[in-house]
Amino acid sequence: MAAHTLERGIVSSHDRRRPTVRTSLGILQGGLLVTLVLVGLGPILWLAKAAVTPTQETLRDPLGLFPTGIDWANLATAWNRAEIDHYFVNTLIVAAGAWFFQLLVATTGGYVLSVLRPRYGNVIFGLVLATLFVPSVVLLVPLYLTILDVPIVHVSLLNTFWAVWLPMGASAFNVLLVKRFFDGLPREIFEAARVDGAGPFRLLWSIVLPMSKPILGVVSVFAVIAAWKDYLWPLLVLPDPDHQPLSVRLPAIAPYLELDVFLAALAISTVLPIALFLGFQRLFLSGAGLGGAVKG
Amino acid sequence: MTTISSPRPAVVPAPPPSSTAARRGRRSLRDWLRDGGLSTLVLALPMILVFGVFSWFPIGRALVMSVQETNLVSAAEFVGLDNFVYVLQDPLLGKAVRNTLWFALLALVFGYPLPLAAAVLMSEVRRLRGLYSALAYLPVVVPPVVAVLLWKFFYDPSETGVFNTMAGWVGLGPYPWLQNAGSAMPSLVLEATWAAAGGTVIIYLAALVGVRTELYEAAEVDGAGVWRKIWHVTLPQLRGVLFITLILQVIGTSQVFLEPFLFTGGGPNNATLTVLMLIYDYAFGSSLGGNYGAATALSLMLAGVLAALSAVYFRVTRPWSS
Repeated sequence: MAAHTLERGIVSSHDRRRPTVRTSLGILQGGLLVTLVLVGLGPILWLAKAAVTPTQETLRDPLGLFPTGIDWANLATAWNRAEIDHYFVNTLIVAAGAWFFQLLVATTGGYVLSVLRPRYGNVIFGLVLATLFVPSVVLLVPLYLTILDVPIVHVSLLNTFWAVWLPMGASAFNVLLVKRFFDGLPREIFEAARVDGAGPFRLLWSIVLPMSKPILGVVSVFAVIAAWKDYLWPLLVLPDPDHQPLSVRLPAIAPYLELDVFLAALAISTVLPIALFLGFQRLFLSGAGLGGAVKG
Repeated sequence: MTTISSPRPAVVPAPPPSSTAARRGRRSLRDWLRDGGLSTLVLALPMILVFGVFSWFPIGRALVMSVQETNLVSAAEFVGLDNFVYVLQDPLLGKAVRNTLWFALLALVFGYPLPLAAAVLMSEVRRLRGLYSALAYLPVVVPPVVAVLLWKFFYDPSETGVFNTMAGWVGLGPYPWLQNAGSAMPSLVLEATWAAAGGTVIIYLAALVGVRTELYEAAEVDGAGVWRKIWHVTLPQLRGVLFITLILQVIGTSQVFLEPFLFTGGGPNNATLTVLMLIYDYAFGSSLGGNYGAATALSLMLAGVLAALSAVYFRVTRPWSS
């Protein structure tokens, strides 16, 4: 069946052998490839080139294919003098914490809802699902005020990384994704582990999590990328430049930097997400496809 | 975990024949503990606490705040529907709503048919399909702030701006892309589409794998060409996912903030002021203290419109979306 679907598309294999169909399909697909290269890759390659090109040249001839003199110093200047190193580390801290809390909440939550199933589980699951239907704009102001004065403990998380980490943990999408995956694991293994004396923590750590690497990979990749991309929220809760990630700092420092250094800073900020994508392409693409399937 | 060789049923005491309410409570608490209720609760705590404090509580608070006057300076005061009246009477609201609708409409025109066409064509690719997907998805992983700042440079109004240089190749321009009230919004949408279309392409590609291919053969027997096969076989089977991406896109574009905020700051002459930017301005735009009541009132109204929109759309399309 799988082989059959692979062989068969809209155009039948018989038609594919006809020269006219072959040529027109080839032209269409070749055209698409060229367009994708120009549109998808083009701006990124342009940025890579501009990052090592002197300002004057970028301004005079922005679409020149090859720079006359490569100016590697831009990257070093951006890294050291524009303090991109500092904001890069902040971004890493934000992403690492967001990754940890999203994974913590999603795995323990999904485990409780899917495997342990306490009586209050359905109520909690309902409340978690309900938040999927609340657009994030509703949360903006009240969540900001919650950060200024966290209920019960009455501390302000303003200018602490907790203010970004913890709200990112409250992702109903992650809980749903992980719960659904756990639902599909064979129950007999859990029973066998229980009979052998494994308690709930042991069962989660030694049995469930090792079996769930694919979904943990998807959640991890999206957690890191989401933290890397976030702008408005860190802008609000991290007003102190010392704590700000790259996304917040870049627009703020833009007016004070020379163009070539600024473009080098942009390039540096893009390297890690792109490297992650190239390294974990399969996870990204299956996760993106999953997005459509699960949200429905 | 437990003591080694004590068969469980033996240690469970038989329930007392007539127990008082207090004793029953204590006993069931012990039962609950023995069944691992405590460890279950401990494992549920991260979810309960994080959702409770950072999701459920603020959502409830939004409802309360919308009928209060709050600015962190003086104590919150109940004002009924005043915040809603204030927002509805703001002359900027009409402008912001029109701009947001315009953005959403342009985003649909630019960003809805193209990914579908690309995905259908890509699903017919035999070799290097992974390369196509990777190239299409690449812009999605560029951090949005970087994308906006980069495109802002591309939109440079001078003759040597990147896009104006390209326009010059065919004898057009130079255009003041972002500085002109008419072209500013389409320019923002173009960048937003570039940044988001790849994700939609991948969703369609995943859905196309599930298209039942026997029907193509049936269509061919009936003499259908490529277009009719796409129209009568492929698209009907994609209805569900087409509908989801439409809803997701409308919900996303109606909350657009980053592009107008960073590209134009809402200008020129408020031509790119969107609803979310207005909410931001109410709450955080003034150094004198935010009008949090008005901001929440407007966000609740926006959420209400979105909910109504999805409900209507679900109703209308239900007969053929399942």
